[in-house]
Amino acid sequence: MTPASDFLLRVEDLHKCFGEQPVLTGVTLDVPRGSVFSVLGPSGAGKSVLLKCVAGVEVPDRGRISFDGRPLASENPAADADFRRRCSFLFQSNALFDSLTALENVALPLEQTTDLPERDIRARSLEALRQLELDRFADRHPGQLSGGMQKRLALARAIVTRPELVFFDEPTAGLDPLRRNAVFAMIARYQRQFGFTALVVTHDVPEALLVSDRVALLEHGRIGFCGAPAEFSASADPRVAEFRDSPAALERALTGIRAGEIPNRDEP
Amino acid sequence: MISPLPLVAALGRHALGLTAALGDYALFTAESFRSALRTRRLGRRFLRSIYEQGALCLPVILIVGAFTGLVLGLQGYYVLNRFGSQGLLGALVALSLVREMAPVLAALMLVGQAGSALAAELGIQRNSEQIVALETMGVNSHGYLVAPRLLAALVVFPLQTALFVAVGLWGGSISGSLLLGVEDGVYWSAVERAIEFADVRECFWKAATFGLLTMSVCAYYGFNAHRCHGATGARAVSTSTTRAVVLSSIVVLAADYVITSFLV
Repeated sequence: MTPASDFLLRVEDLHKCFGEQPVLTGVTLDVPRGSVFSVLGPSGAGKSVLLKCVAGVEVPDRGRISFDGRPLASENPAADADFRRRCSFLFQSNALFDSLTALENVALPLEQTTDLPERDIRARSLEALRQLELDRFADRHPGQLSGGMQKRLALARAIVTRPELVFFDEPTAGLDPLRRNAVFAMIARYQRQFGFTALVVTHDVPEALLVSDRVALLEHGRIGFCGAPAEFSASADPRVAEFRDSPAALERALTGIRAGEIPNRDEP
Repeated sequence: MISPLPLVAALGRHALGLTAALGDYALFTAESFRSALRTRRLGRRFLRSIYEQGALCLPVILIVGAFTGLVLGLQGYYVLNRFGSQGLLGALVALSLVREMAPVLAALMLVGQAGSALAAELGIQRNSEQIVALETMGVNSHGYLVAPRLLAALVVFPLQTALFVAVGLWGGSISGSLLLGVEDGVYWSAVERAIEFADVRECFWKAATFGLLTMSVCAYYGFNAHRCHGATGARAVSTSTTRAVVLSSIVVLAADYVITSFLV
């Protein structure tokens, strides 16, 4: 059994409703230090809400979140401030400031949260850009960069503060398969290089299984499965199988259509 | 007999909603000023806001100020001519501008340009998760995005109003002296004799108050674009911007009445 101190982040019995609509109904998960932890699940399962609750963007209705052994709560601002200093968030939309250049975007968290001199901020920001192979585009605005470069720029901004935990909210949403592979490769590569813990929310099963150390399946607001990628691949749990084998199910459904047999909708 | 209870209940709901919105706005403005003290490198963003509200709005202030002075000169001359008091044209133009027209019109022009831009920019930043991104970085979004704009408004609105007065007086002198034959020296000496320190003080008080109120209303609507009733996305941004501009314009006129009634 893994000792409690080896978990950087622990979430226990997390609940969140929007109006009368329950989104999270008792989520519990432990994220090991230095790992890539992916939360899988269909669209609308509450993955992004879970990430935002953990990151402090949304306030959960109930539950307990601990970071590095310390509980996070609104009545504990010191722990909350420490948590924010030690984590970063990579948004689905990248959330880059389009009025700032690439260098200014990366420098922003250092400028606003540290007392480093201007020279050091510039050096560290350029270093982050160089590590993400964007130093040639330091003076460009995000709108002048391609989608993949914007994703790398967002990652450069996320790692410039040298965080211990990085949240990835649907990092491959809307990308073509080649770019999707590139983004997952980037997450795996930089996670190894910088040693941060990555909590990734995605519905790209094959890619997530390749880069993750642990995966969890979120379904109907609860964790339906949590384990190693190999366990996920071998699981006979019907909820896991349905999500994991969805391409095969599509293939089965298409077989009849290709053969000219239009299935009767009323038949089960 | 129809029960009046539903009507009373609806009125009560509206009153509570209005009170809650006013309280929320007051907390938003207070938090923006409070967070200014804790925001790093505020000076750079303050100067940028000065540029946005000052330099970028200069053309509209100059144009509207000049035309306001020209019209005041024309109208004033025809009114004063009936009483044989054309010599007081400078006093009429100066007092009208300093006490009333310059602070109000300059504020309305700045709302139209800088205020609407502020509401739309913050609304888009809310929509594209840039504001949430700041919060996740541990950056106080009020301090970073709103505080420099409000502080800049306290400086820029009085300066733009002073410029409006200067250009308006020059417009009045063109109407009066060049077009209608009032002696140039008579016009400017009437201006000098009419204006007192209390008038200038009232003018600056009004301008600073309008600046604070209008920019905070515009920032509030843009910042909370995601809470816009019945609209999301781009529609929420446009609705928030429209509401911000309309409400700011009303606030200018209402505050003008209140300040004038206290200072006169």
